[in-house]
Amino acid sequence: MDKTPQTDPRQSWTFSNSINSEIRRAADTGIYDIRGGGAKRRVPHFDDLLFLGASMSRYPLEGYREKCDTSVTLGTRFAKKPIELKIPVTIAGMSFGALSGPAKEALGRGATMAGTSTTTGDGGMTEEERGHSEKLVYQYLPSRYGMNPDDLRRADAIEIVVGQGAKPGGGGMLLGQKITERVAGMRDLPVGIDQRSACRHPDWTGPDDLEIKILEIREITNWEKPIYIKVGGARPYYDVALACKAGADVIVLDGMQGGTAATQDVFIEHVGQPTLACIRPAVQALQDLGLHREVQLVVSGGIRTGADVAKALALGADAVAIGTAALVALGDNDPKWESEYNKLGTTTGAYDDWHEGRDPAGITTQDAELMKRLDPEVAGRKLRNYLNVLTLECQTLARACGHNHVHNLEPEDLCALTMEAAAMAQVPLAGTNWYPGKPGF
Amino acid sequence: MTTTLDMTATELREVNTTLQAAAKAQANEAFEITNPRGSHAMACGLDGPLSVTIKGSTGYYCAGMNKEATVTVEGSAGPGVAENMMSGVVTIEGDASQYAGATGHGGLLNIKGNASSRCGISMKGIDIVVHGNIGHMSAFMAQKGNLVVLGDAGDALGDSLYEARLFVRGNVKSLGADCIEKEMRPEHIEILKELLEKAGADAKPEEFKRYGSARKLYNFNIDHADEY
Repeated sequence: MDKTPQTDPRQSWTFSNSINSEIRRAADTGIYDIRGGGAKRRVPHFDDLLFLGASMSRYPLEGYREKCDTSVTLGTRFAKKPIELKIPVTIAGMSFGALSGPAKEALGRGATMAGTSTTTGDGGMTEEERGHSEKLVYQYLPSRYGMNPDDLRRADAIEIVVGQGAKPGGGGMLLGQKITERVAGMRDLPVGIDQRSACRHPDWTGPDDLEIKILEIREITNWEKPIYIKVGGARPYYDVALACKAGADVIVLDGMQGGTAATQDVFIEHVGQPTLACIRPAVQALQDLGLHREVQLVVSGGIRTGADVAKALALGADAVAIGTAALVALGDNDPKWESEYNKLGTTTGAYDDWHEGRDPAGITTQDAELMKRLDPEVAGRKLRNYLNVLTLECQTLARACGHNHVHNLEPEDLCALTMEAAAMAQVPLAGTNWYPGKPGF
Repeated sequence: MTTTLDMTATELREVNTTLQAAAKAQANEAFEITNPRGSHAMACGLDGPLSVTIKGSTGYYCAGMNKEATVTVEGSAGPGVAENMMSGVVTIEGDASQYAGATGHGGLLNIKGNASSRCGISMKGIDIVVHGNIGHMSAFMAQKGNLVVLGDAGDALGDSLYEARLFVRGNVKSLGADCIEKEMRPEHIEILKELLEKAGADAKPEEFKRYGSARKLYNFNIDHADEY
């Protein structure tokens, strides 16, 4: 007897295996998923933009011969001592505590060799990073863990963190297994407790107060240090305008692909805007205030290649910051640890339980044995190499567009592959002279 | 000899530069600042033994990040007085606004009047003595140090408290999450006695109640979700 034909088993798009596994996990544990990293969902990104290159109407520069400058100065508005960087790529704030001491040292070494700055994070300034970072940005965070006037004065710049792209409006939680004696000592907390990083500052609310807070910090540091304000990609036009009002020298704008050490997955994936969507409104705010280039804009969140760097600059940024990519350059999620990732129930490229402190690569851990796996000199050289490649790629694209400084890249050098990217970046859809929302259409 | 800086004729930058240089010189000089007119960020970032008396009320962040210096405000202080103080003594003869002593790591903040909301928020080792009352959400997420209140405390005292000790003589309107009354043991009486003496407070340690962390929220537990 013939078998009755059947349709192939059909999986639900709404209730995918991934969604169902999260439902089962939630049902088993009764707690939301916490993880590190940034948004993993596909969002419009720099990949959706292309450079047009030179042709009849643009004159290219000769690769390997003609100069294409990459230097950037941050903090020219009010600070007596702005920061001079050789390249427009900086290292984003990541805490000692979330990262091991050797990892912080490696970041400092790599950044210094490449001629750029690195940044502290929640938990204060360590000797490893101050000692190995020629230019160090000291984060001023809501928790104020380890905050003190001596470190404030020995920093090269101060970054007031209002928010970050992975969790605009959210704080953090460093789980107890990473609160070792040293981490606890720096944070004035008992060893082994889950340590909460506050979501808002304890002694100011709003831009009017922040203006006075910045006055205080400038008075304490003799008006020498550039003051950055870091915001998550929430309402970039207004956030940037208000940061300028509050007196920022530099604004760091972090889109939703920007990483975190530990936050709820629901926060990472569902709050904030993609980096690509944030840049043009931010630049518009600066232009409306007549402060574009006077207040520098540093963009972060999902920067991976020199093309990403060049596109961010073309849209109006002065520099970019990298976090996740820097960790990957050091050795995070390296396939050589695949068997160990498997033991943790994950795989290379997907490992994101940074908060648990069991990182096989020895980067996002405080475990003394795991930490030994990272040689800060070797990792520092890898980061240097990676930063150099980002810079070379960015220069290559700038020369192809006829620019002798990467800051001369402009929106007119770009087109978009998708309607969404065209709308967000406000550059024409490829093959047209139109983008959604363009005036006059 | 006391040097007088008159803020009708001297800019804030010059006042602070003068004080910071004197502190750095470790000469234990004395300064008097007249006509402060509520200026912000006065006498902040002092790093050395120095005596500063401000003849009037101050704005935000007076004596911020103080180290070793003795700063006295002969008036009231605006928000964030002695924020992130490391050491030394800051005295407010009048009242203090919000966030007094926020995130302070050490030293003594002595408020002769009342303190507003969030007094001692995220304190990390500072001692704060308030001779009057304190407002709501005081000692929120307070980590270390001692907060002594001779009067009453407002709502949600010590919410999400870590290891700071809270001593209150008057009434507490309500306690915050994970903050409980604790036994006053002899060592606490000793600590309190010393602090009251230092602050020149007319009170007996035995009149106070001690509050501290129940430590139930130290490690996340879904069964405590209602507390948050």
